[in-house]
Amino acid sequence: MPVAQGVRASQSLEAWQDPKARPIVQIENVTKAFGPHYAVDDVSLEVFQGEFFSLLGASGCGKTTLLRMLAGLETPDSGRIVIDGVDMTHVPPYRRPVNMMFQSYALFPHMTVEQNIAFGLRQEGATKPQIRERVAEMLRLVRLEPYAKRRPHQLSGGQRQRVALARSLAKHPRLLLLDEPLGALDKKLREHTQFELVNIQEQLGTTFIMVTHDQEEAMTMSTRIAVMDEGRILQIGSPSTIYEYPATRYVADFIGSVNLFDGRVTGEADGVLVIHCDEVGATMAIAHGEPLPAGAPVSVALRPEKMTVTDVKPESEFNVLRGVVSEIAYLGDVSIYHVALPNKTLVRVQLTNLARHTSSPLTWEQEVWLTWEPENGVVLQS
Amino acid sequence: MMPPPVPPSAPANPASFTVIGMLWRWLLGFTFVARVRGLAMGTVSWGRALVTAVPFLWLILFFGLPFLVVLKISFSQAVIAQPPYTPLLTWAEDGIMVLRINFQNYLLLVQDSLYWMAYLNSVRIAAIATVACLLLGYPMAYAISKAKAELRVPLLMLIILPFWTSFLIRVYAWIGILKTNGLLNNVLIWLGLIDQPLPLLHTEFSVLVGIVYSYLPFMVLPLYATLSRMDESLLEAAADLGCRPGKAFLTITLPLSMPGVIAGSMLVFIPAVGEFVIPDLLGGPNTLMIGKVLWTEFFSNKDWPVASAVAVATLLLLVVPIVRFQKAQEESNKKAEELAR
Repeated sequence: MPVAQGVRASQSLEAWQDPKARPIVQIENVTKAFGPHYAVDDVSLEVFQGEFFSLLGASGCGKTTLLRMLAGLETPDSGRIVIDGVDMTHVPPYRRPVNMMFQSYALFPHMTVEQNIAFGLRQEGATKPQIRERVAEMLRLVRLEPYAKRRPHQLSGGQRQRVALARSLAKHPRLLLLDEPLGALDKKLREHTQFELVNIQEQLGTTFIMVTHDQEEAMTMSTRIAVMDEGRILQIGSPSTIYEYPATRYVADFIGSVNLFDGRVTGEADGVLVIHCDEVGATMAIAHGEPLPAGAPVSVALRPEKMTVTDVKPESEFNVLRGVVSEIAYLGDVSIYHVALPNKTLVRVQLTNLARHTSSPLTWEQEVWLTWEPENGVVLQS
Repeated sequence: MMPPPVPPSAPANPASFTVIGMLWRWLLGFTFVARVRGLAMGTVSWGRALVTAVPFLWLILFFGLPFLVVLKISFSQAVIAQPPYTPLLTWAEDGIMVLRINFQNYLLLVQDSLYWMAYLNSVRIAAIATVACLLLGYPMAYAISKAKAELRVPLLMLIILPFWTSFLIRVYAWIGILKTNGLLNNVLIWLGLIDQPLPLLHTEFSVLVGIVYSYLPFMVLPLYATLSRMDESLLEAAADLGCRPGKAFLTITLPLSMPGVIAGSMLVFIPAVGEFVIPDLLGGPNTLMIGKVLWTEFFSNKDWPVASAVAVATLLLLVVPIVRFQKAQEESNKKAEELAR
């Protein structure tokens, strides 16, 4: 029986882990350059039926270009795009079984909400009763029934966003592309809409590919995330994989906050690497799946919530950092401490405020020790 | 006491073109009255009133007052004197002032078929020229708006460039092109398409060529302005929803460029109706246009009152339908808004 976990129910075997699953989208070595600048550089990835897949990255990383190539609005310089088993690389957008929700929504200003939603259905020659029925269904789905006769300029931002969603879903596409779907909404509405989008996606079973620069949004909504930088995909994985096992420094730094220490491998035992960090003068023992040769340069990534702080010197010779509390930020549920190491490096530590107390157990300028378990750190190469 | 509520500003509707409507309302003083009332009630600031007063004063000085003078002359009688018309107000004996209003000039306009034939013909020629300008200008404006960014300014310059030469010289140049042994006939004969030169000059055709040539920039520029402002993603969205480019043009681009189409058409049609120079130079004895009739009344017949009556009638016959058109458009917009609520 599936166990409810977060927003989505987890399945016993995810589609991307099933060797027999046929991907709905295959991107094979796709490259696209604008002048001398490579927007998308030799990208390959597969997306499976029913996934909510996110392309995550800072602006200019090539994620929107990749999405536009899936929609047919840009043509790749090289490589192949296969959708539902058919090569779509050079098929114009109006012949693709794909719909897109634009960042600007791109609603037709001279048409009513109804006419906007019906636009795609009219193109495929649906009959009037069919159109009426489908438009009503879509209006119900996004809860905009009372606004059917309005023009886009008479709607609020959130309502426009829902019209754009309804219009792109009206043709029941096998694949829906979303370009920063929540980008224009304010924070509160955005959080609410995140859940609504996921619900709609699960209700319809449509495959969603979303472009976003907001890591929190990607984490909340996606089944899998591809982190992109400078036209390349750095890592593809489920939100928890990306967070707990980042593949590169960039990914570790981009998703959540992280403390990074440079060092060299000095030994290895039972899958635990011993790493010496000259910079902070500490020896760390970090669990890592594969052995690395001694002397290999690595970085150790430590999430702020994966460390503990004590005011007593621990016994262990590994995984101990001594420092002085320099900043305290009380956020209610958690507190963030900035601990200054002797070499002035600041380490960010997050502690949950379990007990209701009047004064913090730690105070400014107090000498503290940071410790962590070998499983809580991540070794990054390069 | 509660302060008077500020009237809600009209909702911005991208589909309605109101500049000309506003201009006419200015002319008719609606806005002026509203402003004065606004000032009195304190809902309009003095700074804003001053800024809007400048164009208003301009219109009063250079359009309103001269128009009143023309209106006055149109109600007088022609005499051989200086000035060549009778005054409306005269002093009779015993300190009695006599106001003489002569409707004869307007009656003549209705009775003599020459005038309304000339008017109808002007409207017909202006309408044909406007449609021709639209058919020629739309592809030009569309091409410029789709051209590369660095090409757009030079292309627009080419549209505006003819204004650097005198309008009169440019129209004269067409005589050289269209006359019996002119450029066009010679080229056609040389190509072997015709044996005898075609009678092109001094026909309605040559008048239409002249008007279309002269007024084309006034069509292209407003069309370019609306087309270049159009959101490219709308066409992408249409394509994404399965709409082919040709159909997308008809269902998205064309309806959204209607403000430009209306503006350009007005800018061509209105002056073309009253055009005098082009029919005078390029037209023949049979091309009857109201501008030419007006000129003849003024300068050949020296009948200022009839000429003034023609001018007033032409203006009213143009303004009234345009204002009505504007009103109808605003009302249909308002209806659409109400329906949406």
